[in-house]
Amino acid sequence: MSYSQILCLIVIIPFIGAGLILLSGKYPNLRDSLGLLIAAVLCGTVYQLVEPLRKGYSTEVTLLEVTSGITLGLSVEPLGLLFALVASFLWIVTGLYAIGYMRSHQEENQTRFFACFAIAIGGTMGVSFSSNLFTLFAFYELLTLCTFPLVTHHGTNEAKKAGRLYLGILLSTSIGLQLLAIIWTWNLAGTLDFKENGILSGTASNTVLSVLIVMFVFGVGKAAVMPFHRWLPAAMVAPTPVSALLHAVAVVKVGVFTILKVAIYIFGLETLAELGSTPWLRWIVAATIILGSLVAFTKDNLKARLAYSTISQLSYIVLAALLANEFAIIGGGMHIAMHAFGKITLFFAAGAVLVATHKTDISDMRGLGRQMPLTFGAFLVGSLSIIGVPPAGGAWSKWFLGLGTIEAGEQGLLAVLMLSSLLSLVYLLEVPIRAFFSSPDGGQENVGIKEAPWPCLLAMGISSGMTMGLFLFPDFLYEMMRMVFSP
Amino acid sequence: MMSHLPVLQVIVPLLAAPLCALVRHGRTAWAIAVASSWVSLWMAWKIFQLVQADGAISYNLGGWPAPIGIEYKIDALSAFVLIIVTLVGAVVTPYALKSVGREVGTSREALFYAAFLLCLSGLLGIVVTGDMFNVFVFLEISSLSAYALIALGRDRRALTASYQYLIMGSVGATFIVIGIGMLYVMTGSLNMADLAILLPELPSNRTIPVAFAFLSVGVCLKLALFPLHMWLPNAYAYAPSAVTAFIASTATKVAIYMLLRFFFTVFGVHFSFSEMQLGIILLPLSLIAIFSMSLVAIFQTNVKRMLAYSSLAQIGYIILGISFFSNTGLTAGILHLFNHAIIKGSLFMALGCVMYRLNSVELENMRGLGKKMPLTMGAFMVGGFSLIGVPFTAGFVSKWYLIQGAIEKGLWPVALLILMTSLMAVVYIWRVVESVYFSEFDESQNDDCTEAPLGLLLPTWALALLCLYFGINATLTTSGASLAAANLLRIGS
Repeated sequence: MSYSQILCLIVIIPFIGAGLILLSGKYPNLRDSLGLLIAAVLCGTVYQLVEPLRKGYSTEVTLLEVTSGITLGLSVEPLGLLFALVASFLWIVTGLYAIGYMRSHQEENQTRFFACFAIAIGGTMGVSFSSNLFTLFAFYELLTLCTFPLVTHHGTNEAKKAGRLYLGILLSTSIGLQLLAIIWTWNLAGTLDFKENGILSGTASNTVLSVLIVMFVFGVGKAAVMPFHRWLPAAMVAPTPVSALLHAVAVVKVGVFTILKVAIYIFGLETLAELGSTPWLRWIVAATIILGSLVAFTKDNLKARLAYSTISQLSYIVLAALLANEFAIIGGGMHIAMHAFGKITLFFAAGAVLVATHKTDISDMRGLGRQMPLTFGAFLVGSLSIIGVPPAGGAWSKWFLGLGTIEAGEQGLLAVLMLSSLLSLVYLLEVPIRAFFSSPDGGQENVGIKEAPWPCLLAMGISSGMTMGLFLFPDFLYEMMRMVFSP
Repeated sequence: MMSHLPVLQVIVPLLAAPLCALVRHGRTAWAIAVASSWVSLWMAWKIFQLVQADGAISYNLGGWPAPIGIEYKIDALSAFVLIIVTLVGAVVTPYALKSVGREVGTSREALFYAAFLLCLSGLLGIVVTGDMFNVFVFLEISSLSAYALIALGRDRRALTASYQYLIMGSVGATFIVIGIGMLYVMTGSLNMADLAILLPELPSNRTIPVAFAFLSVGVCLKLALFPLHMWLPNAYAYAPSAVTAFIASTATKVAIYMLLRFFFTVFGVHFSFSEMQLGIILLPLSLIAIFSMSLVAIFQTNVKRMLAYSSLAQIGYIILGISFFSNTGLTAGILHLFNHAIIKGSLFMALGCVMYRLNSVELENMRGLGKKMPLTMGAFMVGGFSLIGVPFTAGFVSKWYLIQGAIEKGLWPVALLILMTSLMAVVYIWRVVESVYFSEFDESQNDDCTEAPLGLLLPTWALALLCLYFGINATLTTSGASLAAANLLRIGS
């Protein structure tokens, strides 16, 4: 099978999976094992593309041409492949987790849930391998629409209200700003293809491009740069597997990934670094980093706190794109993976607590560590990665990001990164510390171990194991990101 | 035979109409209507191919050469609009069998088809003719039959809606005939091509601008441009479903064709847009139409009425494209003529399916319908997403060109407004989505509600699939539209 066929297959597999899940909806065991199988097949197929990329083959397919110049096309480049690998691998883990979670939580409409989940992954694959902005935009919107039923899964009024906010912000930013920016790009450059060194350099004045980058940064609402961040906490009404995979990995990373792609392949790093608005944007994004962390402090609901932590962390990657140098981009790309593994572990743990004890607030989790040592152990590992200290993978991406700020001559931003790490140290470690070192309310000791179902534990084990593994073996990620600059 | 296609295009439905009235038998009349509408589509397609290959076709009626005789002239734009009208006609007539049988009553079925075919031939006549007075004649044929068709609606309010349309439509037609008369007085000619040569040679005088004003107002009344739109929402809301689908997709489109024909071919771009400053008038009016009508659509409880207001907004998009009087803008406008026709056609036909089962298209009564009528609502969603302009639907391609046109002219706020109003379309379509898919069906209200019959579903889906097809492969529509735009601009300059 040729590589271009494999590439098409990757985008198609999740949709086939969604179909199979719908067909086997009456048999939950068959449905769930099919789901896992599809996820494994997808991840394996994505991995097939690593070797040809290393050898320097370029794989590109044009699927169809809507009208002259607007094409649906796929291609492989290192950043996209890295993102696709992370997302497809974590789909397996989340699939495993979701089985334990959804069943023990006795959720309704599980078939619709798993099918939409598969489509969302399909959208993510499409975004990661898109070869031009139009294709990216189309899959981006697909992702928005197909996650709506997941957010409103419980069907309560609260869920519907959150769903409207979710859809409202994501659609209005993407249609109002992003699409306009895309059409403007087309107008300036006459193409939408992702090309090395960008397509916009020299096509318009510094002022015009400065406006354009602002439109892209805010138009990609999924990157949750303030003030367009409210959808992310709202989306936390969804079941935990959705928050874990989609709102810590797939959906939000599609946002920051888009910004990275635009920075590298539409503007070109050199052009971007010279724009008048770039220094301003860096500080706006830095403000999101700090404010996100500060708001996280005030949240007692664990998932809400994690959501604001995600907002803060996403802006690290947006900042990386705006720093526009090699170190920063490497750091940003690695952070997509590192944050994914760390944050998904945290969400898994939050969901496990909910399943086992029905507790959602941090203040209620005093002393729970004795009852659920594995869960809170995993939480600790995840927190370390988010903070960015050894022995967790997050340390590496922060390192490169720090180098990037110095390279760009923005020492102030280095201080912002350090401050944010300190803040996250406090708001994240508070949870395991309370769980392990405080005594439970009411005085009496909890007796015995009462953990979440085993699929949840296994999933948490894998993700936290990977988080630590990536600290010891970051070479793979580093090499992939290096290939962005020396293909 | 092939050389007579331009006249046959009008004659076939025109002769089939009295035939329908004479046979008096519903089914037979229906068969005649279907046959003649399909023949019309085939002829339009042949003409389209001929025009694409060899350029404009000219046909002298009765062998009398223009400007003495009546000339039928079909250029790229006419051929494109012919396709729109006949395509919608060919899809709606098969659909009418079930829908009209239920909504109009069997006793009047044959007369319905007679009026329908008259309306079709009138619309086709406007498009093929190259003679000003002929335009007026065909306009009256199509309008009078349209009033009758709307009045056939089951709801008694259809009568007042039709009456309102009759009054407003007659005012519009009168204005048009006054304008034509003035032009005739000044030039002594009614032939469009002839007028285009004679008008610029006339010494500067007041009559021509006055004629221009009468024609503009008359045509804008017919195409329901804000603020001359008041007749439209009621007419669409209370007409039988098949009629709404047909009229919404064709009548206003043909009126826009008249506008293009008068302003670009007869008066010329220079006179219309430089001396008369038409762009400055049309641009704000279309923006107000787009914005205010989208806003009104959001607050409608009757879905058919909501789509009627949405149509007004969409007409605004088309006029907006025209008001740029640039190649891209015109292409966008003409392209959206076609795309909006198939989008609204599929939406109104899907609503006709709902009407067939529920006897109502109130949003309140459509709760949970997604599970009961999955195919109908599926078609509605395709149309709805297309209306919003989601990628890979026809609507996206129109919006793409329209925004390109705005950016080319440097009209940034306009480009932003177009996108903002797409968001308003998201809101009113999403209200239906939430009600249909995320609410529970009220079993007590209608417990035997099932999927609509195939006779309704197939035509509905035919248009819905076209919405998808022309979003995925738009080469045919965009090349047709850009050729038409280029022709209009060349003739004018």
